[in-house]
Amino acid sequence: MSSSVKALPAGLKDAEKGSSLWADAYVRLKKNKLAMLGGIIVISILITCFVIAPILSWIGFDGNEQDLANKFSGPSTKNLLGTDQLGRDLLMRVLQGGQISLLVAIMATMLTVTIGVIYGGIAGYVGGRIGNAMMRIVDGLLAMPFLIIVILFREVISGQVDEIARFLIDDWGWNDNDVLRFANLIPLTFAIAGFGWLSMGRIVRSSAASLAQQEFVEAARSLGLSHRRILFRHILPNMLGPIIIYATLTIPSFILYEATLSYIGLGIEPPNSSWGKLIQEGANYLETNITVLAVPAVLFSLTLFAFNFLGDGLRDALDPKASKD
Amino acid sequence: MLRIILSRLLQTLVVVFLLVTFTFFAIRMMPGNPFADVKALTEENKAAMERLYGLDKPLHIQYANYWKNVLLEGDFGDSFSMKGRKVSTLISESFPISLKLGLFSLILAMSLGIPLGIIAALFHNKWQDYTAMIIAMAGICIVTFVLGPIFQLSFAKPLSWLNVAGWSRPSDVILPAITLCFGVAAYLARLTRGGMLDVLSQDYIRSAKAKGVSQLNIITKHALRPALVPAVTFLGPAFAAIITGSFVVESIFLIPGMGQYFVLGIQNQDYTLVLGLVLFYGILMGIANLMSDLALIFMDPKLRNS
Repeated sequence: MSSSVKALPAGLKDAEKGSSLWADAYVRLKKNKLAMLGGIIVISILITCFVIAPILSWIGFDGNEQDLANKFSGPSTKNLLGTDQLGRDLLMRVLQGGQISLLVAIMATMLTVTIGVIYGGIAGYVGGRIGNAMMRIVDGLLAMPFLIIVILFREVISGQVDEIARFLIDDWGWNDNDVLRFANLIPLTFAIAGFGWLSMGRIVRSSAASLAQQEFVEAARSLGLSHRRILFRHILPNMLGPIIIYATLTIPSFILYEATLSYIGLGIEPPNSSWGKLIQEGANYLETNITVLAVPAVLFSLTLFAFNFLGDGLRDALDPKASKD
Repeated sequence: MLRIILSRLLQTLVVVFLLVTFTFFAIRMMPGNPFADVKALTEENKAAMERLYGLDKPLHIQYANYWKNVLLEGDFGDSFSMKGRKVSTLISESFPISLKLGLFSLILAMSLGIPLGIIAALFHNKWQDYTAMIIAMAGICIVTFVLGPIFQLSFAKPLSWLNVAGWSRPSDVILPAITLCFGVAAYLARLTRGGMLDVLSQDYIRSAKAKGVSQLNIITKHALRPALVPAVTFLGPAFAAIITGSFVVESIFLIPGMGQYFVLGIQNQDYTLVLGLVLFYGILMGIANLMSDLALIFMDPKLRNS
């Protein structure tokens, strides 16, 4: 393959090269202004939360330092967006909350993609009675009230996580503060993914099932390739489009799940904070000072908007046939 | 028709049975026990409590007893955490409240979302379409716990006939119903638009246009019914979820609905309450899915044969 490309005369190379699916998709995506705007906002928010916020905290801004004499103060050089009900710097609180919200959503999405692709891919490729039975399990779990599944998962997992955390601290001498703060996020992440992978599994199964019927899979099978190789080398690469689209749309829905859980007091625990927790605290002081609600709420909604527009744009670009809804 | 209904009901029974079984065993895997939070409980008292609720028996006996009580006596058991209250009383007191709120907000959502989706599809890729879809996206992204407090501040405060929170006046349903409806309306708008675009590109619509049928007639007589199929498919489960109460909206507006018990039940490890809720929710879900199936059969003649 590669040798024949090299053999082409120099002038012909570009003209003859067909445009790949991804290049086509990129051209379509670039035309979609809303999606591009969403993409830019997503990148800026990620940079602000994960690069600028650590720098700010390194030069001395702190989101946890309380200053009770200075609560609900307006913007100043010391507190760029003012302070909250305990005199903490609002900007830093919102950025650190964003770190947690985004981290949980992104980790849960990665888990969702992994589980969903393996489970859905197998169910779709195997098909028949086993594939159907696998999907009935998914349907059954989808019929459960979302809160109950999430809380069950969370409770069951948190015991295990505590043990691992204690092991890391006691036996490996890791910094207990960092370990405990991170360990606090894991049960929630697993709980969200434990519910979230169900829809991913369904989507992957339907595209794997239709791919498994196609000629190139039959060809691969008649060549005597193993099932695992067919699944991972031939079917999976062809499903990347829908997987990327759905993963992009999963992140905002997980940010929302996390925020809802934190809002009702079942999500993030102190000292960690997240956008949902900040919004819930802000709502209590709505009449005293609206910035405490407005800042996290605006950033939270903006992030959801940006991810959703980007995801919709990716769907239009990668899968023009499915872009109607 | 009858066969479809019967097979759906049978499916619902199987699903409900599996749901309850799964929940029954999963909830006992949670660390701690239902009476861990009750302070000053001696070992003796705790054992007595467990005996009272039958928790000292082997798990499979407890499981069999649960079904025996539910099926033969219609008894969902006593709530562990709310002393002296039966689970069936808790559900029958709170469900009508959640039902009223849910129905109001569903009607609002349908009357907002479906027209919005139709407009977007009719003006596909024009400014009306973009505006409608940005509004729909706002409905998804500006969530209830941001909207609720804003509504309380901007409407309930200045208007004397609206309460900020509570459930004592008939007007108390308005703000929570509006808060709750936007998310559903947004999904309905997107699904209606998708369905409508699909139908409008069909040959029979082009034939109708060629015959000179008016735009209004094409939409109402030819396109609307099949175009609503995706929206109705979504409405089934959404209906069941919304009438069993939203914990967030109920807690913002202090409404004594059913949503709170889902959270309280799990937090307090109130086994009987959680199982009762799952059972109730599963049955409602089955009924809602059946209704949406029947509506789909009515809307799409092709489905009648399959």
